[in-house]
Amino acid sequence: MRKAFTALAVAAAVAASGGMAEAKTFKWGFQTDTSSLDPHAHNVTFTLGFLGNVYEGLVRRDADLQFEPGLAVKWENVEPTRWRFYLRQGVKFHNGNDFNADDVVFSFERTNNEDANLRGRVVGITEVVKVDDYTVDFITEKPNPIIYYEWDTWFMMDKEWSEANGATTPTNLSKGVESFAAHNANGTGAFMIKERQTDVKTVLVPNPNWWDKPQHNLTEVIMTPIGQDATRVAALLSGEVDMVYPVPVQDIDRVNKNDGTSVMVGPELRTIFLYMDLFRDELLYSNVKGKNPFKDVKVRQAMYHAIDIEAIKKKIMRGLADPSAIMISPKLFDRSENFTRLPYDRDKAKALLAEAGYPDGFETRMDCPNDRYVNDEQICQAIVSMLAKVGIKSTLVAEPKAKYFARIAPKGGSDYAFGLLGWTPGSFDSHNVLLSLLNTPDQKAGRGLYNYSGYSNARVDELTDLIGSETDKEKRDAMIEEAFRITTDEVATIPLHQQALAWGKRDNIELKQRADNQFRFYYVNVK
Amino acid sequence: MAAFILRRLAQSILVMLVVSLVAFYMFQFLGDPINQMVGIDTPLAEREALRERLGLNDPMIIRFGKFVLNAAQLDFGLSYQHKQPVVDLLMERMPATIELSFVSAIIAFFLALPAGVYTGLYRNRWSSKALLTLSLVGISIPTFLIGILFIYLFAVILHWLPSFGRGDVITLPGGWTTGLLTVSGLKAIILPATTLGLFTLTLIMRLIRAEMLEVLRTDYIKFARARGLTNRAVNFGHALKNTLVPVITVTGLLLGNLIAFAIITESVFQWPGMGRLFLQAIQEVDLPVMSAYLVMISFLFVVINLIVDILYYVVDPRLRVEKSGGGH
Repeated sequence: MRKAFTALAVAAAVAASGGMAEAKTFKWGFQTDTSSLDPHAHNVTFTLGFLGNVYEGLVRRDADLQFEPGLAVKWENVEPTRWRFYLRQGVKFHNGNDFNADDVVFSFERTNNEDANLRGRVVGITEVVKVDDYTVDFITEKPNPIIYYEWDTWFMMDKEWSEANGATTPTNLSKGVESFAAHNANGTGAFMIKERQTDVKTVLVPNPNWWDKPQHNLTEVIMTPIGQDATRVAALLSGEVDMVYPVPVQDIDRVNKNDGTSVMVGPELRTIFLYMDLFRDELLYSNVKGKNPFKDVKVRQAMYHAIDIEAIKKKIMRGLADPSAIMISPKLFDRSENFTRLPYDRDKAKALLAEAGYPDGFETRMDCPNDRYVNDEQICQAIVSMLAKVGIKSTLVAEPKAKYFARIAPKGGSDYAFGLLGWTPGSFDSHNVLLSLLNTPDQKAGRGLYNYSGYSNARVDELTDLIGSETDKEKRDAMIEEAFRITTDEVATIPLHQQALAWGKRDNIELKQRADNQFRFYYVNVK
Repeated sequence: MAAFILRRLAQSILVMLVVSLVAFYMFQFLGDPINQMVGIDTPLAEREALRERLGLNDPMIIRFGKFVLNAAQLDFGLSYQHKQPVVDLLMERMPATIELSFVSAIIAFFLALPAGVYTGLYRNRWSSKALLTLSLVGISIPTFLIGILFIYLFAVILHWLPSFGRGDVITLPGGWTTGLLTVSGLKAIILPATTLGLFTLTLIMRLIRAEMLEVLRTDYIKFARARGLTNRAVNFGHALKNTLVPVITVTGLLLGNLIAFAIITESVFQWPGMGRLFLQAIQEVDLPVMSAYLVMISFLFVVINLIVDILYYVVDPRLRVEKSGGGH
């Protein structure tokens, strides 16, 4: 019966897409399942990336992450605190309803809800005004030049559909009320959900009424979560799926050597870095009493010099890492070539330590997740042994992310001396990096939420505010450069590298890899 | 009799309460569920508000009390990760786990029976020794590794069987999904069921062998032989029949183990069962799912033990004597 339905649906999709000769089913496996079909419920890259095939935002990003019109055809900053978006006309939701200004206002209200995990997308917006059916104004508290930078994953929902199905708010966990939208979808996107079995498979078919011209030749997409690395790779090698990601770095060779499969690698936007306790007067887990060696910039420089980043790249990341000099991917900041890493130099490190008053080094502890970033624990082990060679002896505590993040957070007592962390700016912009990682920590003001170093510099804070409202790109970039110059000179953190994306695929699959690890089916072609 | 059952029931409920309490206490050390639920840029105030709304700030004893009250009504709340009622999640996945466990029990039992009898009867043949050595391998290699080896051999190299998933399933009336009625479903269950059953297989085989050796030494077998009965009649008619009583008891108990220990197999083969759900729940600190799963599994064991106890009581008259003697 199910087979018959599938055949029927595929036939319908084929007919709709202009009578293609054969059905092109594309099967792919990812680590986990999408956590929900509700586009406003869960701020997770994979879920939003997946839903980007079903739902659409006002703006979207192409394969190179450049902005292009989405559900809005153009937008302009009519007043410093008023952005005007002109909507695309003739767009229909999957159920046939029209997309218009009411849906934008509704989507804003739905997102600006305490149960909406994506509330951050619309933070600072005081009001959304419908000008006419296809024009909407966003009023902001203060000038915001990057208001739409995170909007390619802020998706528009249909007001009528949501109201009719009682899905006007995302799932309310505390009240135990589940949203209809968690299991059903009605977007404007290129694909429609045909079948959804949580954690087993999700089947999508192309939207025959999509406003954009499809670049793909698919008639069906089957998404399967495959949690175990080895099983996922095996599924690709055995030909049961056409594409999987991520491929663990140690398996990349094997996939490449196998007939008919290969791995696409590319830099990810995430920056992996070390943070150090710069705020306690006495370092934790250390034999140095009464003071904190990390407060001395020479010690931080010494640590930096002691790390052989090329060895980490070669031995641990098997070439799949781009060592970085600043806290943001070079892809996201034009002037990043003005920065270089401190060279690997053990003698210099020892000399700096001696100058700082630690000729014999000191002892402390390193904290590390072991299931969050590519080879995170191995990187930490390497760093511990590299630091030991210049005299900084640290014991490594590596543990699952759920425990690790809870413990190093302020609520967990900021229990660390130094450790490893990774960061992708949600807005793909330096402002987010400065605000979250390098501003003076202030939970109330939302500054320095992940500044575990506790680094504080008034000029950096000031620059961050200016960058937040400066609309002239040249001026803005100059200020960003100044801020990064200060933080790198003071070694607020030690940037390590951008890890690489590794997508395994069969050779007959053509696709485009986005550096933010989002996967859009509308670029996929099966040859 | 009724008093005995009542007493056992009361004990079972106590066991369940203790298990839940221990589980509850352990969850304190798993990490913060809020971190897994919200985005990285969610401000602390919002996290705190969510924590408050979910009741995570309440003292443990209050949370536990609420949990027990709700659990008694089969309400385990919403999963933090899936944002669905936990009961629905478990019910959705239960058929997969039960089918997997039963098929592996069947595989284990029907392979173990001939192998155990054979090695018991012909203990000195080299083939028996080879079988025993092989069974040692089955016990000593971890399930995880066996699963991966199976996948590489049968899926990647030979292309005979699928490496993951449950294949096509058919929904029976009552909402039970089964993969046992489709070709792809049957193919998909072979590798995971064998992997899961291997340990049990070895265990039962060795048990049958030991029992056979034991029984073959007894007087009634000697008498049977003396009466001139054929080997076949002695071995299967007399010896095997008496061997099977303890074996069946143990197999029944092992079924509980299979269901509980399907976790690793399900994870390796991407089997959409309860075990995998539990494992994911641990990774994401999905407290409602974890508690519900643990309660369910302990309930299963408690029920099995209760039935076994009652059966013993019915079957073995000595127990009754001792019990009544205990009233002095």
